[in-house]
Amino acid sequence: MHGIRERVAGSFAEVRAWLKRPWVGPLLALIVVYAIFAALRPDTFLSALTLKVMLRQTVVVGLCAVGMTLVIALAGIDLSVGSIVALVAVVVAHQLKAGRGVITAVALGVLVGLACGFLNGALTAALRITPFIVTLSTMSILRGLAKGLAKEQPINAQPQGLETMMTMTSSGPNPFPPAVWLTATVALIGSIALGSTRFGRHLIATGSNEAASRLAGISVTRVTLLTYTQLGLLAGLAGVMQFSHLTVGDPTDSPGLELSVIAAVVIGGGSLSGGQGSVMGSMFGAMLMTVIATGATYIGIANWVQQILTGFIIVTACALERFRRP
Amino acid sequence: MTTRAESATQGVASLTVEHVDKAFGATVALADISFSIGSGEVHALLGENGAGKSTLLSIIAGLFLPDRGVLRLGGEPFAPRSARAAREAGIAIVPQEPMLATDLTVRENVTLGREPTRFGLVDRDEARRITSTALTTLGVTIDPDNAVASLSPAERQIVTIARALSQGSARLLILDEPTSSLSAADAERVLEAVRKLASSGKTIIYVSHHLAEVKSIATRFTVMRAGRVVASGNVASVSVGEMADLILGRSLEAAAKALRSPGEVLLSLDSVAGKRLPHAASLTLRRGEILGVAGLVGAGRTELCRAIFGLDTIRSGAVKIGTNDADSGRPPWQRLKSGVGLLSEDRKGEGLLTAMSVADNMTLSNLGGVSQWGLVSKLAQDKVALRLFAELGIRASGPRALASSLSGGNQQKVAIARLLFQDVDVFLLDEPTRGVDPGSRESIYRLFEALAERGKAILWVSSQPAELIRVCDRVAVMVRGRLGEMRDVSELDESRLLAAASGSATPC
Repeated sequence: MHGIRERVAGSFAEVRAWLKRPWVGPLLALIVVYAIFAALRPDTFLSALTLKVMLRQTVVVGLCAVGMTLVIALAGIDLSVGSIVALVAVVVAHQLKAGRGVITAVALGVLVGLACGFLNGALTAALRITPFIVTLSTMSILRGLAKGLAKEQPINAQPQGLETMMTMTSSGPNPFPPAVWLTATVALIGSIALGSTRFGRHLIATGSNEAASRLAGISVTRVTLLTYTQLGLLAGLAGVMQFSHLTVGDPTDSPGLELSVIAAVVIGGGSLSGGQGSVMGSMFGAMLMTVIATGATYIGIANWVQQILTGFIIVTACALERFRRP
Repeated sequence: MTTRAESATQGVASLTVEHVDKAFGATVALADISFSIGSGEVHALLGENGAGKSTLLSIIAGLFLPDRGVLRLGGEPFAPRSARAAREAGIAIVPQEPMLATDLTVRENVTLGREPTRFGLVDRDEARRITSTALTTLGVTIDPDNAVASLSPAERQIVTIARALSQGSARLLILDEPTSSLSAADAERVLEAVRKLASSGKTIIYVSHHLAEVKSIATRFTVMRAGRVVASGNVASVSVGEMADLILGRSLEAAAKALRSPGEVLLSLDSVAGKRLPHAASLTLRRGEILGVAGLVGAGRTELCRAIFGLDTIRSGAVKIGTNDADSGRPPWQRLKSGVGLLSEDRKGEGLLTAMSVADNMTLSNLGGVSQWGLVSKLAQDKVALRLFAELGIRASGPRALASSLSGGNQQKVAIARLLFQDVDVFLLDEPTRGVDPGSRESIYRLFEALAERGKAILWVSSQPAELIRVCDRVAVMVRGRLGEMRDVSELDESRLLAAASGSATPC
């Protein structure tokens, strides 16, 4: 008989441990904010279509946020993701317009993203310049390259089936656009990579204390290179999705995207001083920002108010996180 | 000594602790602690790591409130609710590990938070004066305008003490192992300053594992074991051996040195020179051997270890691991692969990842050993950790306890556990017993002796001649970056080693 009380106490402890997980906070915030908007506009906000639109909206930020979670857990930062996304979208449009096949264009685009990430990693690791400065520079350089390649004009190109990545299918067994599934898969892989692989543990260790990690036999250079490179790769994928969505390669596109991505990661429990981060949390952070933007539009809040609101929510989320996990 | 002890005990009790209890969750840290400290006395607080000393000091310094019991300061009830309140009541604490803003200068660190001002601006000349005064009291010459980042660990500790010294209103100074990172000569200078301080009427609580040091400086002592006060008395009336017995609750047996037979050469250095230090160090380390490197802090011993391990660049000379030629200048991860491991003297800064769990720390170098299909298994990590807990006698709440939550001796064992799990053949030990209590110290000696018997090769750096003579087969002295010849310990004694380390004599 006495077993029941112990079992109850045990499950309480389990719940408490579960609540300490880094992604729980952002998930609760997401649910609360969603519920508020749903209560205000139940007709539109609760519809399946809105949900799908919002998930699609999160694809580009979400893909980048997976990579950024790892970079920030390394105590790094990458300000150039917006520029990489724009450059890759331009490269894909440029290639398609030049008559190359879809596979070539996409492969080249992703490769360009990967190379940009590698460049960031190499500069950070080899020159020992702080990543903020390195990526501030590459942000400018890559944006310039995108504009040069596009001759300062948006490139219109036939997407040749690429647009289906971001297209809604109104019915059928698969309710979401393929890009959403892609993002979910990437997030799952990223989450496992960070939490359960040697690379991920080495990354967390390096972000937590670089000197101690070097002493423990971790090749800090290799970890740094890999971490920035994977973000470049994912930003490349995001660039391809951006093109799929717009079917235009616009070199001035996604200004400030890097800030949304960083905000998503920080809301998701990442710490800019490194050693912490949760891919799942970042995903909820990214979705939270989409929900705020969409919801605010639906209930007719002006854009400037939206921006103020977003700022407040970021700072509140981080303050709550501090409070929850001191 | 006796007269001073008597006058101190006759004086008004400056601090009394009455029936103090403190528990953290289910763990009882302090149980019914009572003792008193007279004003102007140097009171040694003794006990193994985990005996409850730190908790007690934290209560006195206002970091925790006791669950039960009262403190009295100068007869008045005293219950500081914050570090600030304790400071204002005249209690200054010198932490065991220097906590300094490394980017600021010595002067800025010493006066931090209490900067003298003139017309609303920081009065640098006054700050410089305050700093110089405090440093002169400690008998050291450090330029107040030097950046702390440029100081050695020993100098940093001295600056930390100077900071507490310069707090004019401090009536009670708590020194938590102030000499654990200092060489014998530096330690003596600090001890001299502490004596002066005590004679000027300040009360000092002195925590140290060096019992000889306690004997030379303290007037009274209190011994804690497992959260209780087990003994209190005049230092003059007990011997070092008796104090050790009280601390451990058992007698330390003198372990006889086993005869070891050296095997093939595992590490050889040929005139290795680093960027700054060392200059031309040569030695040969064989399987089954423990070689000692004596010397003062700053002589280049740490740099020697770092150069071998690939953390610092080598300017000239050659490091040979086993029979591998041209093996100089490899990075640490390749060194670990070829079986060379380093135990850092700076446990908090680089020896451990204090924000990660004990299990992570133990397995970090060798995650492949706890992985399956490329994924790190937490279960396997925990299993390894529990095995190493048992093997090394580590006391922690579990494999997932944060490394920062362990006491100094247990942290050091975790750092050693990582090298064991990595299964290295060559151990580079840089001050392996720094800040470790006598009980753990003895178990660390025995552990490495057993490892040497099993064919491991060990290079042992220490500032304590007695330790080197206790564990090593041969010892060389390093003076200003130059490594002397290896001498058999049978030819050496403590005073000779000490003299040689300070550069005043050759060991033979």
